[in-house]
Amino acid sequence: MRIGVPKEIYAGEKRVATTPEVAAQLMKLGFDVAVESNAGATANYSDAAYEAAGCSVVSADEIWADSDIIMKVRGPEEAEVDLLKSGQTLISFLWPAQNPELLQKLTDKGVTALAMDSIPRISRAQKMDALSSMANIAGYRAVVEASQHFDRFFTGQITAAGKVMPAKVLVIGAGVAGLAAIGAAKAMGAIVRSFDTRPEVAEQIESMDAEFLMLDFEDDEDGSGEGGYAKVMSDEFIAAEMALFAEQSKEVDIIITTALIPGRPAPKLITTEMVESMKNGSVVVDLAAEQGGNCELTKPGEIYNHNGVTIIGYTDMASRLAAQASQLYGTNLRHLLTDMTPEKDGNIVVDFEDEVVRGATICKEGETTWPPPAPKLSAAPPKPAPAPEPAPVVEKKKSAAGPIIGMIIAGLALLGLGAVAPEDFMAHFTVFVLACFVGYMVIWNVTAALHTPLMSVTNAISSIIVLGALIQISSDTELIKWIAVGTVAITSVNIFGGFAVTRRMLEMFRK
Amino acid sequence: MLNTGIITVSYIIATILFILALGGLSNQETARRGNWYGIIGMAIALLATILGIVEKAYVELIIALLLGGSIGLIAAKRVQMTQMPELVAILHSLVGLAAVAVGFANFMDPDRLAHYAGVALTIHDIETYIGILIGAVTFSGSIIAFGKLSGKMSGNPLTLPGRHYMNLGLLIVAIYYGYAFVVESAAGGGTMPLIIMTIVSLLFGIHMVMAIGGADMPVVVSMLNSYSGWAAAATGFMLGNDLLIVTGALVGSSGAILSYIMCRAMNRKFLAVIAGGFGTGGGTPAASADADQGEVDPILPEETAELLKSAKEVMIIPGYGMAVAQAQHIVHEITRTLRDKKVNVRFGIHPVAGRMPGHMNVLLAEAKVPYDIVFEMDEINDDFPNVDVSIIIGANDIVNPSALTDPDGPIGGMPVLECWKGKTSIVLKRSMATGYAGVQNPLFFKDNTRMLFGDAGDTLDAVYKLL
Repeated sequence: MRIGVPKEIYAGEKRVATTPEVAAQLMKLGFDVAVESNAGATANYSDAAYEAAGCSVVSADEIWADSDIIMKVRGPEEAEVDLLKSGQTLISFLWPAQNPELLQKLTDKGVTALAMDSIPRISRAQKMDALSSMANIAGYRAVVEASQHFDRFFTGQITAAGKVMPAKVLVIGAGVAGLAAIGAAKAMGAIVRSFDTRPEVAEQIESMDAEFLMLDFEDDEDGSGEGGYAKVMSDEFIAAEMALFAEQSKEVDIIITTALIPGRPAPKLITTEMVESMKNGSVVVDLAAEQGGNCELTKPGEIYNHNGVTIIGYTDMASRLAAQASQLYGTNLRHLLTDMTPEKDGNIVVDFEDEVVRGATICKEGETTWPPPAPKLSAAPPKPAPAPEPAPVVEKKKSAAGPIIGMIIAGLALLGLGAVAPEDFMAHFTVFVLACFVGYMVIWNVTAALHTPLMSVTNAISSIIVLGALIQISSDTELIKWIAVGTVAITSVNIFGGFAVTRRMLEMFRK
Repeated sequence: MLNTGIITVSYIIATILFILALGGLSNQETARRGNWYGIIGMAIALLATILGIVEKAYVELIIALLLGGSIGLIAAKRVQMTQMPELVAILHSLVGLAAVAVGFANFMDPDRLAHYAGVALTIHDIETYIGILIGAVTFSGSIIAFGKLSGKMSGNPLTLPGRHYMNLGLLIVAIYYGYAFVVESAAGGGTMPLIIMTIVSLLFGIHMVMAIGGADMPVVVSMLNSYSGWAAAATGFMLGNDLLIVTGALVGSSGAILSYIMCRAMNRKFLAVIAGGFGTGGGTPAASADADQGEVDPILPEETAELLKSAKEVMIIPGYGMAVAQAQHIVHEITRTLRDKKVNVRFGIHPVAGRMPGHMNVLLAEAKVPYDIVFEMDEINDDFPNVDVSIIIGANDIVNPSALTDPDGPIGGMPVLECWKGKTSIVLKRSMATGYAGVQNPLFFKDNTRMLFGDAGDTLDAVYKLL
C-alpha cells in the first residue's frame, strides 16, 4: 500500500507526520511512502533527506489522488476533506467529540479514519500514545517560553555582584505535560512546586525532586477519573484549591497550568485577582489555552502583558519544537501501523478485535464507529496507571539510628563480658567471633544452586562434636563412657551419611 | 601417643580444610573437590583425637564408628533426592542429640569441680547449659520437621491459643533453671535443674516447629542447620576446643545466612516465620478463596506439544509439585528433545521453590539436567518478555502476580518469577487449589495462561510422546 504524507496547511503548523528515519522503517513493513514536496521543510527535514531515505517526493495532488493511507498531524481542513476518496484510510489527530461535522463528513465520504487522540490509554498502546508524546513536548516548551519572557535567572547563584534567588515555578496539573515541565524547570535550577487533584501523582512529583503542595482539605477526595485523567471535583474541594493558588500566586514567579478534564472546557483556576497579585515580570503559561484556558485572562494563541505579568496562551507548543514533535509523532504512527500490519506485507488490516485499533477507528467504510465500546479491563487494577514515570525513583533513606544503637548495646555487652571473663575464655571467644566472620564471607559466595549440598556438608562437619565424645570415652565412669560411645555412634551416622550424600549430589551436577 | 602440639596443628589443618570445603561450594566445578577437603579434614581431626587423646575403650569406639558409619552410608545411598529435606532434618536432630549427650557427660565428669572454680566454673556451667539447651531445641525441632517433611505429620501449623505467651513462659522457665543450675552446681548438685531445663527445651523445640506451616519449611530447615552449628560451638566453649568453636561458628553462620536468604525470597520477617501460623499443608478450594476472577483456559497435551514445537525460547519453572509427582526425569527428556530441535530451554528457580534451599537444583541435577541451563530467579526474570512458552510445574505462589499488584496481600512484596510477561504460560496443576499461602493466583486467569490439568508426571509423559 502507498502511504501519502501531505504538507500541513493549517496556519502556523510546522510539524510533519513522518520523518525520513521513520519513513525508512515504514518501508521495511512493505509500504511505499510518498511525501509532498516541502512537507518537512518547517520541521527541518528536506526533500532530499526524504528521497535519500527512499521516499518519493511528489505534488499535493498526487498525494491525495494516489495514496491508500494518508498520514497527517492535524485533522483535515475543508479543502482536504474534499480531496479524500472512498476507500482511503486517514490517520491523524481528529478529536471526534469536538468535531462532529468532520466525523460526519468523513463517514459520508466512505473514508476509514483513525484518530490518534482516541487510542485507548492501555499499557500496550503507550508506544502509540501521541497525546503523551505531544504533551511531553508542550511541557518542556512551556518552560522554554516562560524563560524567554521571564527576565531573571531560573537558577540561584552567588556571584561577585551579589546573590541571585532561584525562580519559583508552580506547575498545576502533573500529567505528562506537567511532569515534563517540572523536569525542565528543575533542570534549569528553579524551585518547583506542583499541585494535582489526583493524590497518587504526589509520589511522581516528589520523585522529580519537586514539592507536592498539599491541600488543606478534610475529606479524602480522589481526583482520579477514568483512564488516569482527572475528573470534576466538589465545590468545597475547588474552594480549598483556589485558596491555595491565591496564596501561591503571591509567591511564585512563573505559573504553568496544564489542568484538563477530558471532554470539558478547561477549569478556571487562575483568576484575574491572582494574576494581579503576582510580582511584576512574572509569567503565566497556559497549556490549556486551546480548551479555553486555566487562567481567566488567557487569550488562546496569543501572548500579551497584563499589568506587568506576561500571559502566554500559545496553542501550538508542540509545533514550536517541530523536528522533535514530528519525530515522536511519526514514531507513534509507525507503531500503530506495525500493529496493523501483522503480515509485514504493506497491507493494513483494520481489525476490530484489536482493542487499540477499535478504539482509534472513528469511522470505517461509510459507518461511524465512534465512540467505541468501553474497553475491556483484563484483571487490571481499579485505577489504571497514570503517565509513565520519567524520573528515577528516589531511594528510601533508612534510619541510621537503629543499627547504631544495636551496635552500641552489643559493644557494651562485650565489654561487660571481657571485664569478668577469664583469659582463656576470651581467647576462645576471639576465635569464635573471627570464625563467624569467616563463615559469613565464605557462605555468601556459595551459589544458590548448591544450597542443598551446602546444608548436607555443613551437617557433616558440624558432627565434629564427636570430638567431645572422644574426649569423654576414656572416662573411668562407666555411664559417661557408654554415653560417649552412643554419641560416637550417632555422630558417625552424620559424618559418613553427610559426606556421602553430599558427594552423591555433587556427582549429579553436570553440564 | 601424639603430643599436644601435633594435635593442635592437626586441628588447625582440619579447620582450614573445613573452610575450603565451604568455599569450594561457590561453584559446581570446585564443589566436589571441596567435599573431599571436608572429608580429609574430618579424618585428620578424628585420627589426631583418637591417637592423641583417647586412652582406652578402643573396641567400643571402633564398633560405634563402624555401626554409625554404615547406617549413615546406607541412608545416603538409599535416599531419594525428593526426600533430601527429610534426611537433612533427621541428621540435624542427631547433631542436637549429640550436643545434649556430650553436655550431660561433661557435667557428670567427677573431675569437673577440681578443674574449675569461681568465675571460671560459672562460665563453664553456662556454656554447658547453653550447649544442652540449643542441642535439645535442635533435636526435638528437627524431629518434628522430619515428621512434617516426610508427611508422617500434617503440614498444617498448630496454632495454640496464647502460643506466644507459652513460648515466653518456657523461656523464663529456662532462664530461671539456668540460674538455679549455676548456683546448685557450685555446691556440687544441679542435676535436677539441668534435667528440667532439657525437658523444657525439648518442648520448646517441638512447639516452635509445630507452629510453622509447610511452605515455611525451607526457613525451618536452614534455621535448624544454624542451630546445630551453634550447639557445636557452645560445646566447643565447654570443652575449650577451638576446632569445635570454629566449625560450629561456620555452620551456624551458614545456616543463618540461608535462613536470611529464604526469608528475603518470601519477603517475610524471620521472627514472623518463627512465630509461625502461616502456610498450611494443603490447599483450600478456589471457590472459597476468591470469587469471580474470570475464566481459566484449559489446554490438552496435544496442543502443549504443538506450542513447544513452535517455540524458540522455553522457560520451565519447577515447584514442589514436580518433586511430589517425581516428574524431573520426564522434564529432562522433554528438555533434551526440545534442545535437539534447537529450542532454547532454560529453567527458572525461585529461591524458596521446594522444601529446602536449593531443593529444585538437586532434583534437576539428579535427572541429569545440565546445570548451566538452570538459572536463579534474579538471572532470568528480565528475560520473560522474550520467552515464548513458560511451563510451570507444580508451583503456585512463586509465580503469583498478586505479590506485585497487591502489596498488602499475604504474599505482597515477595519477589516472584514474572512468567506472565512471556507470550504463553502453561500451568501444570492437579486442580484449581490455591498454593501454600492460601492466596488465589490471578496468573491462572490471564489471557495468555493455559491450564494443563492432571498429574504432572502423566501429562508431561503424554506431551513427551507427542514430541
